[in-house]
Amino acid sequence: MAQTEQSKIRNFCIVAHIDHGKSTLADRIIEKTGLLTSREMQDQILDNMELERERGITIKAQAVRTVYKAKDGEEYIFNLIDTPGHVDFNYEVSRSLAACDGAVLVVDAAQGIEAQTLANVYLALDHNLEVFPVINKIDLPSAEPERVKNEIEDVIGIEAQDAPLISAKNGVGIEEVLEAIVEKIPAPGGSADNPLQALIFDSLYDSYKGVIVFCRIMEGRVSRGTSIRMMATGAVAEVVEAGYFGAGQFIPCEELSAGMVGYLTASIKNVKDTAVGDTITDASNPCAEPLPGYKKVNSMVYCGVYPADGAKYPDLRDALEKLQLNDASLRYEPETSVALGFGFRCGFLGLLHLEIIQERLEREYNLDLVTTAPGVIYKVHQTDGQVIELTNPSNLPDPSQIEYMEEPVVSAEIMVTTEFIGPIMELCQERRGRYLGMEYMEASRALLKYELPLNEIIYDFFDALKSRSRGYASFDYEMKGYELSELVKLDILINREEVDALSFIVHKDSAYERGRKMCEKLKDEIPRHLFEIPIQAAIGGKIIARETVKAMRKDVLAKCYGGDITRKKKLLEKQKEGKKRMRQIGSVEIPQKAFMSVLKLDDK
Amino acid sequence: MINKDGAVEKKLGIYIHIPFCVRKCLYCDFLSMSVGERKKEAYVSALCREIAKESFRYREFTVSSIYIGGGTPSLLQGAQMKKILEAVYAHYRIEEACEISMEANPGTVTAEKLSCWRKAGINRLSIGLQSMADEELKALGRIHSRADFYHTYREAVREGFENINVDLMSAIPGQDLVTWRKTLEEVTHLDPAPTHVSAYSLIIEEGTAFYENPPVLPDEDCEREMYKITNDILKKYGYRQYEISNYALPGYECRHNIAYWKRGNYAGFGIGAASLVKNERFCNTRDIDCYISMTEGVIKEEKHMLSKKEQMEEFMFLGLRMTEGVSGEEFFRLFGQTLEQVYPGIVERFCRQGLLRSYREKDSGKERIALTGYGIDVSNVVMAQFLLG
Repeated sequence: MAQTEQSKIRNFCIVAHIDHGKSTLADRIIEKTGLLTSREMQDQILDNMELERERGITIKAQAVRTVYKAKDGEEYIFNLIDTPGHVDFNYEVSRSLAACDGAVLVVDAAQGIEAQTLANVYLALDHNLEVFPVINKIDLPSAEPERVKNEIEDVIGIEAQDAPLISAKNGVGIEEVLEAIVEKIPAPGGSADNPLQALIFDSLYDSYKGVIVFCRIMEGRVSRGTSIRMMATGAVAEVVEAGYFGAGQFIPCEELSAGMVGYLTASIKNVKDTAVGDTITDASNPCAEPLPGYKKVNSMVYCGVYPADGAKYPDLRDALEKLQLNDASLRYEPETSVALGFGFRCGFLGLLHLEIIQERLEREYNLDLVTTAPGVIYKVHQTDGQVIELTNPSNLPDPSQIEYMEEPVVSAEIMVTTEFIGPIMELCQERRGRYLGMEYMEASRALLKYELPLNEIIYDFFDALKSRSRGYASFDYEMKGYELSELVKLDILINREEVDALSFIVHKDSAYERGRKMCEKLKDEIPRHLFEIPIQAAIGGKIIARETVKAMRKDVLAKCYGGDITRKKKLLEKQKEGKKRMRQIGSVEIPQKAFMSVLKLDDK
Repeated sequence: MINKDGAVEKKLGIYIHIPFCVRKCLYCDFLSMSVGERKKEAYVSALCREIAKESFRYREFTVSSIYIGGGTPSLLQGAQMKKILEAVYAHYRIEEACEISMEANPGTVTAEKLSCWRKAGINRLSIGLQSMADEELKALGRIHSRADFYHTYREAVREGFENINVDLMSAIPGQDLVTWRKTLEEVTHLDPAPTHVSAYSLIIEEGTAFYENPPVLPDEDCEREMYKITNDILKKYGYRQYEISNYALPGYECRHNIAYWKRGNYAGFGIGAASLVKNERFCNTRDIDCYISMTEGVIKEEKHMLSKKEQMEEFMFLGLRMTEGVSGEEFFRLFGQTLEQVYPGIVERFCRQGLLRSYREKDSGKERIALTGYGIDVSNVVMAQFLLG
């Protein structure tokens, strides 16, 4: 294909709250721009991974290039960059946005603006993107497009009266969106004659090509043979292939130049060398300075990951290695637990990231895992002046050596209809939230601002929020920093033996409550044995709560005759199978899922 | 005598399934249904056909027990029962002392039927009483009363039945130790006393009415106490517990059922009936229409030749159901390996935990392994450990 004029390129993304129809609209755009026939369309092209399709969310940024013949008779190149929609991936979102010149804001005609919508729109506006709204799902009986338009104008402050009214699902109004993209989103700037300056917004490991770098060329040009340098990591490589994104495939081209979005391969072995947000330049003719905004991503949440079958440890290690090839934000290092044997302490961007990795390990690598309760990184200031970053509660030094501890705190925004303000404020108080203020978005909705300790929101805060607002509250947060906190380590003793994998760090005011609930939960999770099993919670050797699993009295099949034998044997097999999946701690067998009990303490 | 194929030599038990009931009891998960007379007749004909056609498999066997179970076999007319048994007699070699049992529901028995059954050769009656308390019978969804039972029992004795089992059930809704004790006492005081008592603890099985709408049941401690007094009381009247839920006067242990636990050969006829022949297990279709219309012999489903491992597993978990337990020597003779080789450390551990006990046979002095009282209470824990999967 001949080089396209820069003025005929549109680089954009779609921002939306989860379920407001982002992926469906993306599919319709790809369909209507005609690069694909309907038959070729998989249901949702942008969401590549099976997991993404099932969860209906986008985990990794993706991009696609299509050609649109506009009403003015000209052909335009659309580079649609799909962004992850979850707070765990905020940094990745910001880099994807930086690769765009404009954003299509999709708002559900029935639900209106949500906290996540706001967070993403503000992020887009921060990156100086031209944002225009479309109102989706107008086919719903509960759609109120006029109300939503007004809301967009009032709350976000962007023009919405001529927003296209569409139904992405039914293909209604898509032409209008395409025309608006041409009209409203500016063509990219930059000059092909300047030194190369390209933004990495994602990368992918391919076993044949090595790392495939997704980038937006801001200035200059790049082609096969260009010697490139990643400015932050310092990695140097020679470009083997440059190209752009077909739908679900990579299409090589001669050259990528200023304004274009595409990919590079350069026999790079590890995605660590191609950090998201880094700037690619020409090693022999470098640009003066890197693009702004690069950040080294840090893990926020840690947990222990162990193979259910100890013999699978090498398989788990191989699987983590492979996953890390594609996911630079995944951290892991070996650790050993008395209860669980050999495993890894893994670091994640957030709980969703953790869940995704866990599911991929289980599905794609067929591993049966035991994971310990996720925790955050605590800063432990020791009396000797040393500061340790604690990721595993078992490594907490003796209290006599601790001067003080700090925990990470986030700034959170919660959008909620006014009738649920009470319950949600109550929830935030229970989670040690510090109230910062409240703004009314419109008469019936408010935005609550809180500072919350990260360890209070990493497991079930989102679920609690949903259940206490009947699904109406939405939530977004960003890291604020570390604050002094009175924390203690809660230990769990089963049959008088401390189980290291069940220890967790908790604020001293909630320690008693947590300990009590943990014992109750474990009592339900641990099956009855032939003997009585005490379950105790302790802080520094002092027991603060206790439950007892009573001894088994009865487990017998009253009848077993000729016709029953096969079925009864299956029952016994199931029983034996269940036993196999348990962990032996002393003489007690503990089911794997008990190690996640701490996550469910607030289940009603 | 058990031979190397795991079969009782040349002996065969025959099970005949009659899947009809007036209505289904609330706890029942057996294959049973309520149908019209015409279908019953068609089923009886199909049964006779199957009995005749399958006989080629069993030329080398002599039948030592026949068990007609259900459902409610006593729902059939006397003539139908006669027809079924005649089909067996016509095609199989029957041992002279053959035990021929039939299950009867007190709500369905008449003097005329009893007389027919006697004439047809039935020599052991198993009466489903469950409880002597009418309110408990009602709570179970039984169709008969305590009075119906007495009537049936008297008539059966009058017709000459000498070998009678009474089925009882403990841990049922509304029952307590007092009423259970009363049921047991009343049964042992029948005149003449039954030769055999089966006493089951109610288990709520999936797919039953009780499973869908769980009733309030006596608690676990009470349930175990009921189990304990069952043996205490029955023992007092001369009954010996020979299996987890079965008690008999000496010499009246149910031969047919013992064959299940000792892994004898048995042939099952009728829908859903299971067979074990020379270590091959198979089962008939559970679909009655399919069974009735099937003219050629494809009614056997789930055919499975048991591996040596599976035979060993069954030997253990079925054998341990009996109070005499299993013999290590027999295990070795059958499988060429010792218990310790196949299950290293397991017997010793359970003995130490008080779940198993080893003892010596009176006559031969050979060692046997059996469940203890507590071992019975938690026998699934023990039996599961004898699976080799």
